Amino acid sequence: MFLLEQVVNGLVLGGYYLLIALGLSLIFSVGGVINLAHGAFYALGAYIAVEVTKYLGFGPALVISPIAVALLGILFERFLLRRFYTADPILSLLVTFGLAMIAEQLIRIIWGAAALSATMPASLKGSVIIGDFLFSRYRLLLLAVVTVVLAAVWLLLNKTAFGRVVRAGIQRPDMVAALGIRLQPYMTAIVMLGVGMAAMAGAFFAPITIVHPAMGSEIIIVAFVVVVIGGLGSFWGVVLAALLVGVVRGVTIYFVPAAGEASIYVLMFLVLLLRPRGLLGERIEKFE
Amino acid sequence: MISKNRRTVLKGGAATVGALAIGFPAIVRAQSNAIKIGHLTPLTGFLGALGGYAQLGIKMAAAAINSAGGVMGRQLDVMSEDSVNPETAATKAQRMLERDGATVLMGEINSASALTIMQVAARNKRLFMSIGARSDALRGKNCNRYTFHVDIPSTVMVNTVGKALVRDNMMKGKKFYTLTADYIFGHDLRGAAKVFFDANGGNLIGDELIATDVTDFSPYLLKIRQAGPDIVCSNLAGNQVTSLIKQYAEFGLPYPIVGFNLNTADAWAAGVGNLSGTWPTVWYHTLDVPESKAFVAAFIKQNGKPPENHAWIEYISLKIMAQAMSETKSTDTDTLIAYFEKQTQFDILKGRKGYFRSWDHQLIQEAYAFTVKNPNEMKDQWDMLALGPAIPGPNEPLENINPSKEQNSCTS
Repeated sequence: MFLLEQVVNGLVLGGYYLLIALGLSLIFSVGGVINLAHGAFYALGAYIAVEVTKYLGFGPALVISPIAVALLGILFERFLLRRFYTADPILSLLVTFGLAMIAEQLIRIIWGAAALSATMPASLKGSVIIGDFLFSRYRLLLLAVVTVVLAAVWLLLNKTAFGRVVRAGIQRPDMVAALGIRLQPYMTAIVMLGVGMAAMAGAFFAPITIVHPAMGSEIIIVAFVVVVIGGLGSFWGVVLAALLVGVVRGVTIYFVPAAGEASIYVLMFLVLLLRPRGLLGERIEKFE
Repeated sequence: MISKNRRTVLKGGAATVGALAIGFPAIVRAQSNAIKIGHLTPLTGFLGALGGYAQLGIKMAAAAINSAGGVMGRQLDVMSEDSVNPETAATKAQRMLERDGATVLMGEINSASALTIMQVAARNKRLFMSIGARSDALRGKNCNRYTFHVDIPSTVMVNTVGKALVRDNMMKGKKFYTLTADYIFGHDLRGAAKVFFDANGGNLIGDELIATDVTDFSPYLLKIRQAGPDIVCSNLAGNQVTSLIKQYAEFGLPYPIVGFNLNTADAWAAGVGNLSGTWPTVWYHTLDVPESKAFVAAFIKQNGKPPENHAWIEYISLKIMAQAMSETKSTDTDTLIAYFEKQTQFDILKGRKGYFRSWDHQLIQEAYAFTVKNPNEMKDQWDMLALGPAIPGPNEPLENINPSKEQNSCTS
């Protein structure tokens, strides 16, 4: 019974990992760039949300912060990322890693090293008991939001003309070009979507985690692990992996509390050993 | 236009040459004459926020001492760096002594890093003033002659909060569930807590070891609910306490939560309305002592926010070090150790003076238990804690709350 409760709680937590990992995966799939600065956008999302909350309240902050960061994503894509789509991957790794460090220091300079205090409205605090399970009310709300976002992204990628071009661009960018379609505006949109989702995760998690300069570098590792386990380029792979990581962590903590964080990496190790492409990873020609 | 530009350039050039000819050698001379202090503190990681305050505190003390003429007519030069982790801390400490000409080492918050710096100090036979590390083991089985400890040790924090819990009927026969940081400091705190529970009729029914990079506590909170304790107790450190407090408030578990370690910056970060229960502190900026209030006012004037306990402790530590050097007219390691071991009394901006106990080099001082103010009683966002009276009380010896020789022996 209590074990099942951990499984359900892990699924909820997985939803949060998903918001960050999905953007990371999309940017990699389309651009071939592993965006190590993704965590910085998550942190920025949290910081902006805290600032906006001071003036406009908690609800508007959840909307304004992701939009602001998505707009920042345009600059990021136009002036930085764009130069590295066809370059040696090591270059984009270095550049985004450098950017992550710059962003962290900038946050430290602007907001200071001490963590900011961020609280949620009192009405969202507390837990509800459904059946025998205890849920945090706030995390249920988060889960609902993640589900909606997930559905929207899936529809966007699979049911729209936009999505068709993006999916074609993942597999055969040369064919897309031959058909006379420029992939660049699509890439800008994908980066906006990706970093916007990361910022949304930051805004939602600000009241229940610590808003401090290094929060981005902490989350990027987990997000990267999720993407690797799920398999690059696979929408459902990332979904599956995020939920799996949440559940494995919860169950491990149930039995061996001290090994909770390590369990994620053991899982990645096993997946890489048995299925190097990731759980649902597709074979992508341009990366072979 | 062009000639004006050229003139500016020429002027600038002349100024630079002038500075090189006159100013620069003067600076070099002042530098070589200065007393160099090697200062290490974590600026990143789960203790990084505290280290930021630590730097502000020690810099403020250095500026005050230097503007009053320095020590023996020499300026203090505090070289402050991020200690990062125990390995890096040791490497930097060695480099500061060997290459940068540091006379003494000071600083640190992380007990694991303090331990490696202690070893460097002993190897080089130089003084290390360990300012913010709280593990009992550093004073006990890992002690060495070259290290002095300023912050209150684990046992003092447990005794301070424990006494308050006993007073509030929250100890005898109560079921406790503890969450413990999985490194030397957390283990140590848990050890001290067990001793206190056993001696006072508390009943420890569960304990979770938690890695220092955990940010989501929900699985642990579910386990706590499953166990159904009377009181939940935190043995965590740094900003993990903040996460725990926020998520505890988020889940709204019915059991009261207390803790044996909490730094003010982490309490502030938890946000109004999230923190509750009884916790220990070594100092708080509302302390009603005139010297303390003067320090707080000066700090706010300089930094626009009140000092956190790490700013205070670094400030008094450098003052203590400067006093020791001034009065002995020496920076010699053995002379300074002898001066401290005489149990010389120091003004530490508290009601009673403090002194380093001769056998374990622990600064013996008052501690406080605090509870949390009602949000509408707060004067500003920093005025979160309701500070209890100094412990031990005015008529008790200060040593009462410290571990005895038998409990935590230092034999080296």
